[in-house]
Amino acid sequence: MSAIPGSGLAKGLAVTLKTMTKRAHTHQYPDVEPDLPPRSRGVIALLEENCTVCMLCARECPDWCIYIDSHKEEVIVPGAARPRQRNVLDRFAIDFSLCMYCGICIEACPFDALYWSPEFEYAEYDIRDLLHEKERLGEWVATVPAPPAHDPNGEPAKEETSAAKKAAAASPPPASPPPTG
Amino acid sequence: MPVWAELLIRVVAVLVAFLTLPLIIGQAEHKVMAHMQGRLGPMYAGAFHGWAQLVADGIKFVQKEDVTPREADRAVFRLAPIVSLLPYLLVLLVIPLGPHGLVAQPLDIGLFFVLAVVGIGVVSVLMAAWSSANKYALLGGLRAAAQLLGYELPFVLAAASVAMAAGSLSLSEIVRAWQPWWLLWQLPAMLIFFTAGLAEIRRPPFDMPIAESELVFGYMTEYTGLRFAFFLLAEYVGILVIAALTTVLFLGGWRGPFDDAHLGWLWTLLKIFAVAFVIIWIRVSYPRLREDQLQRLCWLVLVPLALAQLLLTAAVKLAL
Repeated sequence: MSAIPGSGLAKGLAVTLKTMTKRAHTHQYPDVEPDLPPRSRGVIALLEENCTVCMLCARECPDWCIYIDSHKEEVIVPGAARPRQRNVLDRFAIDFSLCMYCGICIEACPFDALYWSPEFEYAEYDIRDLLHEKERLGEWVATVPAPPAHDPNGEPAKEETSAAKKAAAASPPPASPPPTG
Repeated sequence: MPVWAELLIRVVAVLVAFLTLPLIIGQAEHKVMAHMQGRLGPMYAGAFHGWAQLVADGIKFVQKEDVTPREADRAVFRLAPIVSLLPYLLVLLVIPLGPHGLVAQPLDIGLFFVLAVVGIGVVSVLMAAWSSANKYALLGGLRAAAQLLGYELPFVLAAASVAMAAGSLSLSEIVRAWQPWWLLWQLPAMLIFFTAGLAEIRRPPFDMPIAESELVFGYMTEYTGLRFAFFLLAEYVGILVIAALTTVLFLGGWRGPFDDAHLGWLWTLLKIFAVAFVIIWIRVSYPRLREDQLQRLCWLVLVPLALAQLLLTAAVKLAL
C-alpha cells in the first residue's frame, strides 16, 4: 500500500506515457536487415581447402548430421623415398534439418575448415532441401564475418603467449633472472 | 436556404462525423497503444504508418461469412448490432460543436435526451446476449446488464450536477454558462462522469462483460463479419460520445483560449481528442476490474460521491 491513495494509479499512467515517448523496440525485419551480434549462429560455412577429412566433426556431431565421403590419392613428392597418401574430399554435407546449431563441429575442427556465418535466410519449402552439399556450404564462406577484436581486458591468446615465450628463449637472457612460475 | 437543404447538410455532417471521427480515434488507439507498449503498431496498410489499417479491417469484415447460429433468435440476433450503434449516432445529433447553433439539432432537453439514448446500449447488449443461444454470450450479457444499470446511476447523477450548476438541460446552454472555475467545482463530478462513461461503453478496465480470457468475447462471441464490425464500431463511436459529452459538460465545450466565435469547433474537437487519448491511455495502463470490484466501485464509491457532489453543487448554487 502506498502512502497517498491513488499514487499507484498515477504511477501506472506515468509508466505508459514514458514508454510512449521512447522509441519502439520493433525491428521491421523483412524491410530492414537485422542487426545481428558478432558470432551469431546462422549457418555453418565450409572452407574446403582446409578440410583434411579427419572426420572429427562428423564424429563429434551430437545428432550425426554431417556426411563425409572421401578417397585416398597418392601424391608423388619429388625427392621423397615413397609416394605420399592424401585424403581427397568427395562429399561434405550438413543436414540443417537435423543440425541443432551447437557448434561442436566448429570447435572440433583442428584445421579451421568450418565457420559460423550469421546468414539465416535459407528456409526451404521441402525439408530435403535443407541438406547443404559442400558447394552450398562453400558459398557461405563469403558471408563469414571477420573475427571480433580481442577483448583488451582479456587474457592474451595462447598463440601469443607461446610465441612471446619462444621469442624470449631465443633472445639473449636479460641481466636479471626472469621470474619463475 | 430552404429548410430541407439545411436539414440535409446537418444530417450529412453528422453522418460524416459519425463515420470519420471514430476511425481517427480507432487508428489513434492502434498507434498510441502500440507505442505505449514499445511497439510500432500497424505499419503496412496504406503505406504510411498503416493509416488505412481500419479501412482494411472494414473491407476484411465485409468479406467474411455472416453466420447466424442455428439456435439463435434470428431477428433479434440480426437487429442487436444496429441497436448498439444507432443510439450513439442519435447522441451525435445534439452535441454542440461550436457557438451560434453549430449543432445538428439544438434541443432544450439535450442532456436528458443524451442520457436516455445512451441507456439504450444495455438493451442491445441483452438482445445480443439472449439471442445468441450461447452460454458465454449470456454470461457476458448479464454482466453487462448489471454493469450498465449500476453505472447509469453515477453517470446520471454527475450529469445532473452540472445541469444544476448551469440551470439548463440544453447542452449549448451548459457550455454558455460554463466558467473556468467550474473545473475545480465540478471536478469530482467530471471524474465520476468520466469513469462511469468508461463503464457505460465497456472500455477496459471495465470490460468485464467482454473479458476475452474467460468469456471468449462476451455477448459478441457468436457474431461474425459485418455485424461484429458494427459492435466494434459502436465501441469507437462510444469513445467519441463519452469524450464529447465530457468535453461539453465539464471542459467547457467550444470555450477556448481565444476567438471562440470562429474557432469554437476547433477547441471542441481538440478537447474531444484529448479526452479520447486519456480513454486509450487508461486502457493501456490498467488491468481489468473483477466483477465484484466493478460493482463495489460503482455502488460504494461513485454513487455516494456523486450524491455528495450534487449536494455541494446545490449548496454553492444557493450561496451564489
